[in-house]
Amino acid sequence: MGAPNDMNEARYDEIGFEERMATVVFDVAAEAHIVVDGDVCQGCTTKACVSVCPANLFVPLSSGGILFNYEQCFECGSCYLVCNEEGAISWRYPEGGRGVALRHG
Amino acid sequence: MPDFDVIVVGAGPAGSIAALELARGGASVALIERGVYPGSKNMYGGVVYPRILDSIIPNWHEEAPIQRHVTRRQTMMMTDHQAMTVDFRTTSWGSAPYNGVTAFRSEWDRWLAQHAVDAGATLICSTTVTGLLRDANRIIGVTTDRSDGDLTADLVVACDGANSFLAREAGLYKEFDASHFTLGVKEVLHLGKDEIDRRFNVSDHDGVDIEMVGATGPIAGGGFLYTNLDSVAVGVVLKLNSLAAANTRPEDVIATLKRHPAIAPLVAGGELVEYSAHLIPEGGYDAMPTLGMSGLLVCGDAASLTLAAGIWLEGVNFAMASGAAAAQATLEAREAGRPAEAHRSYRSLLEGNFVLQDHKRLRHMPELIFSHFVQHQQAAMVCDVVEDLFTVTNPTPKPRLRRIVNDARKANGVTHRDLLRTTWRAAKMFF
Repeated sequence: MGAPNDMNEARYDEIGFEERMATVVFDVAAEAHIVVDGDVCQGCTTKACVSVCPANLFVPLSSGGILFNYEQCFECGSCYLVCNEEGAISWRYPEGGRGVALRHG
Repeated sequence: MPDFDVIVVGAGPAGSIAALELARGGASVALIERGVYPGSKNMYGGVVYPRILDSIIPNWHEEAPIQRHVTRRQTMMMTDHQAMTVDFRTTSWGSAPYNGVTAFRSEWDRWLAQHAVDAGATLICSTTVTGLLRDANRIIGVTTDRSDGDLTADLVVACDGANSFLAREAGLYKEFDASHFTLGVKEVLHLGKDEIDRRFNVSDHDGVDIEMVGATGPIAGGGFLYTNLDSVAVGVVLKLNSLAAANTRPEDVIATLKRHPAIAPLVAGGELVEYSAHLIPEGGYDAMPTLGMSGLLVCGDAASLTLAAGIWLEGVNFAMASGAAAAQATLEAREAGRPAEAHRSYRSLLEGNFVLQDHKRLRHMPELIFSHFVQHQQAAMVCDVVEDLFTVTNPTPKPRLRRIVNDARKANGVTHRDLLRTTWRAAKMFF
């Protein structure tokens, strides 16, 4: 029951993730405000940051570590809050005036 | 001599109202904002309830950057293929003094900050506060990421948002973890004013507020859809722990919501103007930090003051009211010659108005709202009852309502105990 309308599904799936993020203005700071200790991530079984981050900044590696970006970050803080490994994610606000600049938030 | 009488950290609704009222009271105020403009880091669902502004900026409804006045409010209980909607509209919310309004934070927060500036506060943008300066057990200022960026004051007002580094550094949070937070994600979709007026049955600057339960699949949370003037904001609020456990991406939850038969016709063809995300402190009264200490007060989201009580979803009003109370407490403490000791009277001021009274009465709301029954059973049961009630079963005679309800209850795994327990818990808070 409740199969989604195929026409609508096709239309909405047209918004790719890059297209989605291209609607957001970022002024990227030179210095990363997120630091991930890949060694600590090796022991992580949940990798919750990967699915939770609304900007999709965390990518699991086959080696067991995490590849991360800080550039297109909403600065929400979800990643460090769901991280269950002590000290894996160090997170602070980016340099003043840099980072995300929302226009329709 | 300190650099300022008061340093307010964060030019959101709490910070700007605090700075405005402090400046009006004759204090020298620095209002420090890490964004390039106030509001640039801020995002919310989309509705402000500005009643508190009547006494602070009496003509707010003439000058504020308002998108639409909410005159129609819907609560939608959904399953993946059903929706039962309670739809209320009133013309009385469409004229002064109004009730709720939709607005963009980039405009709303900038407008409030300008009021603080006009009253004499010094707004310092593009500056991140990196920590607190202490003298023994008293806060005496902040460090910033500007060179020579230390600033001193008699008192610091931390309005630094949901992640409040300052309240945590001061040790005011007993616990600060994912269980008290939700993640809000939304899309602003351009549709054009005429199209919105047609789809939502409104005109002029009247708008619609739709709240949804059962819209987020297995993840605890809710959905929303608000009308701006020529765009709509559609999104979901997801319990952080639940989202993490579901291994689902937040934008996929929005995509599923947008395909729902009750929502798809409202948002179809909308052009994505901006996608955004923000953390929401939804832990309620029991998750709040200590609200201050010598030399420091905490307001708004930084103090976890967002009210997420199911039918009531409010935050900006709690932020503004706490900012106003912080200013009043600070001015009184200055008057009494103890300019750093505002925290005790600050708390009593908040206890004396809606800010802590609403929160205290609704303190058990978060557990009720995120309960298995409310999240995963209630909407389905209601939808099944309504569907059975209106499904014509000829030639079989109509079943009795008692039987319909009982069938829907069983089909959704709801026990009599669940029903009684939830009714009792809700009744205790609402009545």
